[in-house]
Amino acid sequence: MAAPLPSPGVGPPDDAPPAAGPCGSCAQASPGRLQRLGLAPGRHDHVVALAGNPNTGKSTVFNALTGLRQHVGNWSGKTVSRAEGGFTYGGAKYRIVDLPGTYSLLSTSTDEDVARDALLFGRPDVTVVVVDATRLERNLPLVLQVRQITGRVVVALNLVDEARRHGITVDTRHLSRELGVPVVATAARRGDGLPELLAAIAGTATTDDPPEPLALVHHDPQLEEAVAALAARVEARFPGVPNARWVALRLLEGDPGIEEAVRAGTLGELAGAPPLEAAGGAA
Amino acid sequence: MTLDEMPRDRRGVVTALDTRGAERRRLMDLGLLPGAAIAPELTSPLGDPVAYEVRGTLVVLRAQQARTVHVELEEH
Repeated sequence: MAAPLPSPGVGPPDDAPPAAGPCGSCAQASPGRLQRLGLAPGRHDHVVALAGNPNTGKSTVFNALTGLRQHVGNWSGKTVSRAEGGFTYGGAKYRIVDLPGTYSLLSTSTDEDVARDALLFGRPDVTVVVVDATRLERNLPLVLQVRQITGRVVVALNLVDEARRHGITVDTRHLSRELGVPVVATAARRGDGLPELLAAIAGTATTDDPPEPLALVHHDPQLEEAVAALAARVEARFPGVPNARWVALRLLEGDPGIEEAVRAGTLGELAGAPPLEAAGGAA
Repeated sequence: MTLDEMPRDRRGVVTALDTRGAERRRLMDLGLLPGAAIAPELTSPLGDPVAYEVRGTLVVLRAQQARTVHVELEEH
């Protein structure tokens, strides 16, 4: 099960040069730059959220990056809450949060709410969406929903080994161009693609110029009017809340979870919620 | 025709969802959108629920839910 990463244990000690330069984010960067911190990473520079449909290998990716043994099992709903861990890469410390699997940010079940709130209001520095290469069509709606919230996204096209056995190959460059974010082919069970994934995460975490979120396009002027008006009120009531337009659209659709958060006034708390806040405790 | 009436040996395409709210949302999230190819794959002993193949995965629906999914049969 525990597929060793390429050259483990040769991660840079703390006196490694501050490798924030351009080389830190290129795909050729040595995988040995990964140092797995397991639990309790203490102070951290970046927060990474791991999202994806159920059963796409999120927890396997999580374990490969942190060195933890978060329970991996082949059934849905296994990760009912968040698991957290840490690693350093290129001299920066990362906290990584493994979210429950979800098909959508629009549905309403407890674990999907956990994932949704973390992504929407926790504002991670990078959201890695793990997708199943053998069921890409089924997995892409979530990627698009996440892309509507943020541009700081990396797609981990996982299980490519299994896909290959089924005769499926995915044009990752084309997919990356279409989505406007990096797409990295991985077989996390075997450690394949993890160096490239780390490089993409580091590049996305540190860029000053992330891609714009995808526009929430709807071609109905009346709907647009309603969304704009409601979004303005949401922003006035909850200053600084991210994704006010998204919240407005959900309210118009009658999303009970969001309605409740607005009615109870907890939407603002969600906005500053501790889940993924990048402050971190004392090391 | 609706999904629950679909012959077991045929394939079809979803044309409409006759339900609203969370139930509709859920079906859409599971890939049952107009245009999606769908086929009955496995039937439970009593004939309800039925597992349907859609977008490379199995989705299990009760007859009551399947009744809300309108489909058009593909030609043989």
